[in-house]
Amino acid sequence: MLVDAAGAEQYRLFERTNVSAESMSFAPLASEPRSQVDDPSSLVMRFGADEPLMMDAGIALAPWQIAYQTYGTLNADKSNAVLICHALTGDQHVANDNPVTGKPGWWLTMVGPGRPVDTDRFFVICANVIGGCMGTTGPASINPATGQPYALDFPVVTVPDMVRAQAALIDRLGIEKLFCVVGGSMGGMQVLQWAVSYPDRVFSALPIATAARHSAQNIAFHEVGRQAVMADPEWRGGRYLTEGTRPSKGLAVARMGAHITYLSEVALHRKFGRNFQDRAAPTFSFDADFQIESYLRYQGISFVERFDANSYLYVTRAMDYFDIAAEHGGSLAKAFKGTPTRFCVISFTSDWLFPTSDSRAIVHALNAAAASVAFVEVESDKGHDAFLLEEPEMFAAARGFIDAAARARGIA
Amino acid sequence: MNLPATLPLTDTASGHRLDFLLVTDMVEPGSRVLDVGCGDGALLSLLRDRKQVDGRGIEISREGVNACLAKGLPVIQGDADTDLADYPDDAFDYVILSQTIQATRQPKVVLEHLLRIGRRAIVSFPNFGHWRVRFELGIRGRMPMTENLPYSWYDTPNIHFCTIRDFVELCRDVGAQMEKAVALNAGGQPMRVTLPWWVWNLLGDQAVFLLKRR
Repeated sequence: MLVDAAGAEQYRLFERTNVSAESMSFAPLASEPRSQVDDPSSLVMRFGADEPLMMDAGIALAPWQIAYQTYGTLNADKSNAVLICHALTGDQHVANDNPVTGKPGWWLTMVGPGRPVDTDRFFVICANVIGGCMGTTGPASINPATGQPYALDFPVVTVPDMVRAQAALIDRLGIEKLFCVVGGSMGGMQVLQWAVSYPDRVFSALPIATAARHSAQNIAFHEVGRQAVMADPEWRGGRYLTEGTRPSKGLAVARMGAHITYLSEVALHRKFGRNFQDRAAPTFSFDADFQIESYLRYQGISFVERFDANSYLYVTRAMDYFDIAAEHGGSLAKAFKGTPTRFCVISFTSDWLFPTSDSRAIVHALNAAAASVAFVEVESDKGHDAFLLEEPEMFAAARGFIDAAARARGIA
Repeated sequence: MNLPATLPLTDTASGHRLDFLLVTDMVEPGSRVLDVGCGDGALLSLLRDRKQVDGRGIEISREGVNACLAKGLPVIQGDADTDLADYPDDAFDYVILSQTIQATRQPKVVLEHLLRIGRRAIVSFPNFGHWRVRFELGIRGRMPMTENLPYSWYDTPNIHFCTIRDFVELCRDVGAQMEKAVALNAGGQPMRVTLPWWVWNLLGDQAVFLLKRR
C-alpha cells in the first residue's frame, strides 16, 4: 500500500499532530519492527532448503518464509478464497490492528463483515510481499549463509516474484483456484500479474488505481526516494542493522516526497491551504511554518518507525521493473490472450500517479484479448490514496462486481 | 405542448421494451455482442437471458455502469465517440447502438466503427421524420419534445437527430448493407414491410436496422 498502514487514520490524525521542531527528531526505535521481521505475530508459512523460491534475478531463495493473515472460513470445496494484495509499504494486517503501529487494519473499508470483500462469505488471505519487512523474507531477514541480515545481498525482487511467493502459499493452503484477487496500486500490479501468470487459478480480478507498467515519472519519484535513503550516512551501504545505525532521516525524506504523489493538489489545498501551523505569521526560519510541512514531517517520522529502509529500496524497485507487455513481445493484449478471468478495473479521476489512462490501457488490452472486463472511473479529488479511503462509488462498483462473480461461481 | 409518449413502449406481458424485443429477435443465440450506450444493462440482460449471448457494454454514466456491474455485466465506463476506436476489427458478432446514435458527436464515424468492430451492427433510433415531429416544426414552428425525449433544444443530449430516409442514405454512404429494417408505429408495433419508405418515414415512430459491412 502506498499510504501508511491505516493511511486514512493518519490523515485524520493530522489534527492531533504537531511536528514543528526545527529539525525532525526521531524517537529511539522500538524493538517491535525487528521482531516482526524474524517472528511475525501473524501466521507464517515456512519453506525449507528443498523448496526454494525461484526469483527473476536468477536466484533460488531458500529457506524462505511468507507471513500472512486470514479472515473468514474456507468453504468445503475451497471456492471462496479471496487474495488481497497490499501496496508498496502495506502488510498482511489488512483487517486487524497492526502489531507495530497499533492502528486499525489498512483496508477495513473494503474488507470485513458486510464489506464488499465480505469476510462472512469469503475466506480472505493477505500476505506480506517478498522483500517486505513484516515477516516475509526480505533484506532485513537473517541470511543463513552469514548469520547477518541480508541487506543488499538480498536478490532484487520483482512483482512476478511476489506473486510466485503468494502462489506457493496458496498451494500450501490447498487452494487450487482463487475466487478473486484484489489490490490497489502495487497490489493492483500483483492482481494483473496473477491473471497473467496463473490465468486458470484466478476466477475474478479487481485491480484498482494501478497500471500494467510503471511510468518513467513514477520510476523517477522512486529513484529520488532511494537516493534519499542511500545518501543518509547512517545507511552504511545498507549494513545499518549490523552496524547498529538507522537511516531514519533518509527514509523519512523518501516518504515525504512519495506521500505528495499519493495526494492531489485539490486535496492538499483543501486540507492545508497555506495555513500556518500554530502560529499567526511566518517565523523567518526553516521551521515547519506551514501545516503541510508539519503534516509531511509527521508522515516521514511515523513511517520510519514501522518500515525497513532496505525493504523500501527493494519494493520500489519491484514496481519500477514492472512491465507486463515487455514480457509478451510488447503487447499487453497478448499477455491476456485467452484469459478466462473476469476483470473489473477501477481508477480515480484525481489520481495522477496512476492516472485513468493507465487503467484504460489495461481495459483496451483486455478488450483486444476478448476478456470479460468492466471499468469504472470513480470521481474523487483525493488522488491516488482514494482507493484506501471512504469512496462509496468504489465500494458500490466492487460490491456489484464481487457479488455477481460470486453468483457465477456458485458461492452463497 | 408535449407530444404523447412514444418511447419506450413496453410489452405488457413481459415488461420488456418493444424495441429491445425487436433487437433481441435479430441476434443469433450464443453470439458475442457489444452494446454501445447500454444504460443500466436492460437490453444486455435480456440478450443474456434469452439468447445466451456473451455480452459486453459501454456506458458513459457511472450510475449505469454500477447497475450493470450489479447484474454481472462486463461494462466499461466510456464514450462511444472516443472509445470505439480502441476496439479491434471483428471483435463481436453484433454491435448494438440502441437509441444512442442521435446523442453522438460523430454519428457517421461511430457507425463506421460499429461495422468494423462487429460483423453486424444493429442500430435503433427515433425517427425525426414522423408526422408529429413535422407538425411541431412545420405547423407550430417549435422544436418537438416528447415525454421520453423531454429535453428543450438548448439542453438536449440528442444533438444529431435524423429521419429514416436520412439514415438509409448514411448507410449507403458508409457502405453498409441493410439486412433488415423495421419501423415501429406510435403503438410500438412493427409496420408492414410492403409499405413504401415514405410511409415509414412519415408514420414510423422509431426504426431498427440490422446492418452488415458490404
